[in-house]
Amino acid sequence: MADRKTLQTEMISAHPGPVFGHGVQRDLEVCKLVDTTICIGCKACEVACVEWNDLPFSPTTFDNTYQTMRETRWNFWNLIKFTEHPQADGTIQWLMRKDQCMHCADPGCLAACPADGAIVKYANGIVDFNQENCIGCEFCVSGCPFDIPKFNPLTKRVYKCSLCSDRVGAGLEPACIKACPTGCLKFGTKNDMKFIAEERAQQLRDKFGMEKAGVYDPQSVGGTHVIYVLHDATDPERYGGLPKNPQIPWSYTVWKWLFKPVLGTFALFGLLGVCLHYVTSGPRRAQPDLPEAPKKKGEHNG
Amino acid sequence: MASAVERFDNKARETFESWGQTTVYRGELLRHPVYTRALHWMVALFFFLALFSGFGIYLPWLFRWFTPIFGGGQLSRTMHPWFGVAFVFFFALQALNWLKPMAWTPADTNWMRGMKKIVSGEEKMDPPETGFFNAGQKVQFWEIVIGCVVYLITGIVMWAGAGTFGRISVAISYVLHDISALIMLGGIFIHIYESTFGQPGTFQAMIRGAVSEAWAWTFHPAWYKEITGRDARQACEEERRRMTGE
Repeated sequence: MADRKTLQTEMISAHPGPVFGHGVQRDLEVCKLVDTTICIGCKACEVACVEWNDLPFSPTTFDNTYQTMRETRWNFWNLIKFTEHPQADGTIQWLMRKDQCMHCADPGCLAACPADGAIVKYANGIVDFNQENCIGCEFCVSGCPFDIPKFNPLTKRVYKCSLCSDRVGAGLEPACIKACPTGCLKFGTKNDMKFIAEERAQQLRDKFGMEKAGVYDPQSVGGTHVIYVLHDATDPERYGGLPKNPQIPWSYTVWKWLFKPVLGTFALFGLLGVCLHYVTSGPRRAQPDLPEAPKKKGEHNG
Repeated sequence: MASAVERFDNKARETFESWGQTTVYRGELLRHPVYTRALHWMVALFFFLALFSGFGIYLPWLFRWFTPIFGGGQLSRTMHPWFGVAFVFFFALQALNWLKPMAWTPADTNWMRGMKKIVSGEEKMDPPETGFFNAGQKVQFWEIVIGCVVYLITGIVMWAGAGTFGRISVAISYVLHDISALIMLGGIFIHIYESTFGQPGTFQAMIRGAVSEAWAWTFHPAWYKEITGRDARQACEEERRRMTGE
């Protein structure tokens, strides 16, 4: 993003007045908008993701539903979760939600990760894994409230959706966006996507009688760079377990950044203590002490 | 149960005695047989392997230079649990081996009360009722027993991962594992110091297996009396007279 900004026109010779093309980039933060009310469950985004990221085939199972996989895998980063939600009037609501990394503003995976440089968050909001630095401890799995990072036992590294950071860096939309045939997926700046999402939610509330329609952008993780429009924003759990209030364990925030270095220093007090003991009271010797040698003249009397 | 443990320990001691040997010179006493020493150094080896491979995971911004020793971050992470399992295994054998002499007695409570005088060197000899192990050693031993249980439970939770035990149990385990390691790290400094510079003559107990009689009557008077039948203070006083030629 920043590199493209350097190529923006600032001045043009013999051209008075405002320069076109200057300051067009209003917002660094990108965002993916998933409108669950328009999704038809075609799985084109799943295929596009596997294709673009060159992920190896992974066997699926058929259990008489569209759900051929229970959750995302290390080689399957984008999965539509189909849910049949019984409603009060006896009908069934068939929900489809494209599940992938949410690219949190406060990423729990990044907070939990002990490996230097294995997880990065870019200024545009994308949270990306650098597998060459990953040590495979799987702490990120427990740090993530959305159950997204997946461990590959063969390479001993963890993988997840990169929001096609390679494509976005080149000015393209993520592969899933490109494949979507219904306009359910949109990509742009965070502000724009928020605006479109809120407008759509308003439309659903006013014109379609979905009083509880709303936008999912959980503030407990500082907002996300993938946001949903939901028919019922008061109950995101029904969409294949989307957490209502995603939380990062305190052990990854308070413990890691404050107590870890402080208590680590305390452990060194053991070393400091024994050094002090040696120079102050000195070693304890087997008794009786050896008789002192007679002192020579002029010798320092310690 | 107790007798089965005893039979196992005795058999192990016998077997190790046929593999290694302990020479006890004149004026010395047998402190640790071959089996105890072998266990001690296996425990020590795996303790430090687990400690150093754990450092890189604990505070990478400070200790990432430990990981190349184990072949990089991935291998450190892969080996750390196995080092830990070996540490717990050998310490468990040592715990069985030492179950009896490590039992807490009223004499230990007294030792703890007078610890300040002993540590500061004001009291040159340990209290007369101090046996094979003093109370400080017993505290450390039982701390490691508890620490091993914590390591094992929390370690298995983290090893199996959030997929098996849930993300919250991993997040909690991680803190308990750290705290246990920090207590043991603080303890290891004291342990190494006391067995080398802090009390000269101690280290050979774990190397050759023998200690001088003077060492025994100074630091473990009740054990000295049990082995030789002589009173520790009296023996020390006789030695002092012999040395000064009174």
